[in-house]
Amino acid sequence: MGDIAIRIDDLGKRYRLGSGIQGAFRYKSLRDTLADAAAAPFRRARSLFGQDDGQSRRNGEYIWALKDVSLEVKKGEVIGVIGRNGAGKSTLLKILSRITEPTEGEVDLYGRVGSLLEVGTGFHPELTGRENVFLNGAILGMRKAEIERKFDEIVAFAEVERFIDTPVKRYSSGMYVRLAFAVAAHLEPEILLVDEVLSVGDLAFQKKCLGKMHDVAGEGRTVLFVSHNMQAVRNLCARSILLSHGQLIYDGATGETQQFYRDLLRQQEVDAETDIRNPLNRRGSGAARFTSIEVLAVSGERSHSFRMGDTIRFRLSYRLLADVPELQVSVALRSGLTSEIVTNARHQIYAEPMPAGTTGTVVVEFPDVYIRPGEYPLYFWLGNSAAQPFDVVDDLTAPLIIYPNPDMKTLDFHASNPMGYFSLPSVFERAITAKEDET
Amino acid sequence: MTVVQEKIAVQHALPLTDEKPLLVIRPSGGWPSLNLRELWEYRDLFYFLVWRDIKVRYKQTALGAAWAIIQPFFTMVVFSLFFGRLGHIPSDGIPYPIFAYAALVPWSFFANGLTQSSSSMVGSARLITKIYFPRLVVPIAAVLSGVVDFILAFVVLLGMMLFYRIVPTINIVWLPLFLLLALVTSLGVGLWLSALNVQYRDVRYVVPFLTQFWLFATPIAYPSSMLSEPWRTVYGLNPMVGVVEGFRWALLGTHTAPGPVVMVSTFAALLLLFGGAFYFRRMEKTFADVV
Repeated sequence: MGDIAIRIDDLGKRYRLGSGIQGAFRYKSLRDTLADAAAAPFRRARSLFGQDDGQSRRNGEYIWALKDVSLEVKKGEVIGVIGRNGAGKSTLLKILSRITEPTEGEVDLYGRVGSLLEVGTGFHPELTGRENVFLNGAILGMRKAEIERKFDEIVAFAEVERFIDTPVKRYSSGMYVRLAFAVAAHLEPEILLVDEVLSVGDLAFQKKCLGKMHDVAGEGRTVLFVSHNMQAVRNLCARSILLSHGQLIYDGATGETQQFYRDLLRQQEVDAETDIRNPLNRRGSGAARFTSIEVLAVSGERSHSFRMGDTIRFRLSYRLLADVPELQVSVALRSGLTSEIVTNARHQIYAEPMPAGTTGTVVVEFPDVYIRPGEYPLYFWLGNSAAQPFDVVDDLTAPLIIYPNPDMKTLDFHASNPMGYFSLPSVFERAITAKEDET
Repeated sequence: MTVVQEKIAVQHALPLTDEKPLLVIRPSGGWPSLNLRELWEYRDLFYFLVWRDIKVRYKQTALGAAWAIIQPFFTMVVFSLFFGRLGHIPSDGIPYPIFAYAALVPWSFFANGLTQSSSSMVGSARLITKIYFPRLVVPIAAVLSGVVDFILAFVVLLGMMLFYRIVPTINIVWLPLFLLLALVTSLGVGLWLSALNVQYRDVRYVVPFLTQFWLFATPIAYPSSMLSEPWRTVYGLNPMVGVVEGFRWALLGTHTAPGPVVMVSTFAALLLLFGGAFYFRRMEKTFADVV
């Protein structure tokens, strides 16, 4: 029993629609409450004192962000938590880090918990880097003496020595993020909860952060790592759990869990109906919606894995739900490692106004994709030339997987040490070779 | 030294984990405890938050910390003109300007603390939804950071006493207690309002109205000695009555010793504080979901 770090039993979290989840009516005005109070004085009075357990309300007003989740994590284990937006990953971490309270169930934590749900929370732009290190450290639960002891190490890790006495509002976003991560990374909790912090910063620093997390894991501490970054999860975590609609649907070795997740995504057609009700999944004004998205090989077969150098086609159908003055489409590949956009193809579908109800299909083709082998989450966008989005389908489909091409005779790529994103065709010519003794 | 501490921490952690969890998270019911021990563990956070508020408050203002003085000082000028000169309000035998200013200094501390703390939870929404720490730290630090402004305004008060040649009595030793009373009152109301503000943004509109109303319900422009005795003590149910009369008594030597009034005020202030603290703790669990 002594080797358990986290035990979660039947954990559930219910949100009231429109309060915890993004919604139109986030705050109650006192007037509403008073109006309600006239109708049901006792229930309202209880609500004012936080006793409204919601039993008297209709179920439809609530949403379970997490339901019946049970999990045991051993000491020193590093567990990846994957799943799409709105699956309950962040809610789980918020409960474990005591930011919000569960509605039901229980969590036992055997050790001091540190959480890193967002980098740089509590940084004040007017304060200098030095001042923010202390402020942020204190917010994260470090004592002043502890921060003083680690101060030099934090600054060195963030590589901001020269600017440490400059207000952080003058920092570049990269410096800001580096300093913020450095503070958080030097927390020394026995259980570390990390949410998606690596989606910021440049590639080099992200590698450094991943390295730091490796160290943390190596020191026998327990880590729960939430990320969309499948490669990072694979590198860091031996075991992963998959959440979907608030439930834990798979728990196993990271490779298996990710495979299960990919299969799940593949089965899931992206069409107009897909999770359209979940505002986290589909963004944009809704003036136009994709009605289907297909990734095709040259043969016309649907596929998500390609070899380097293959041609990739995206067949996209859409419907206009409002009159639009024009319409553009864009297809982008994100980096599986950093989530930044690696390449983006944008095209004008209509340059003239089109009425609501118009439907159509376009094909966007990337010929000869000489892109580094790896995983590329996909991003689809409908909008106008002012870059206002009508519909955004971001990382909802299975990611594109690019395999090395054994037929390609190139020295550009080494699987063990990949460099860059692309292999642009390069022409080579040996102009002069001169040896000493030959003339 | 630090190395030794770390070792102790590690040894400490091991037997604990074998027996029972360090922390159990489950839905809470009933009335919460104040958990003052945890608050104490986060004492450095108080320090840094107060320090941040002070550093940042007057950044990019032309007059800077002078604002801490301008506010009560000009209110005093206006009061002296309208209530003192034109209204002939009595001032317990003390020159009216200093009579009013000695009350406005603790009043400003109270009113600013109340305003700052009532908006503090909403202002820290990002922190609250991303990091756990005892939530009580936020409104308490908001009130505490007003102490610096108080000291600045107080120095002006001392200057005015010099100008009017008023020698403080020995009762000045009680002054810190009256300041504490103002702090407790400010925090007591601030806790109620900050917790309510998370749920009901109406509080934003209530606060300016409340402080204005309270200003005139407190004997700042007039002396409480205008009331006859049983009522004057009842008046102490407004804790700021005790604070203001206490300040005048301790500094200026007004002869109306505020004993019973202060007792009533202290009682009322403590009631506000504990009520506010428990209400705050009660509502705390929903903050991150609602704010």
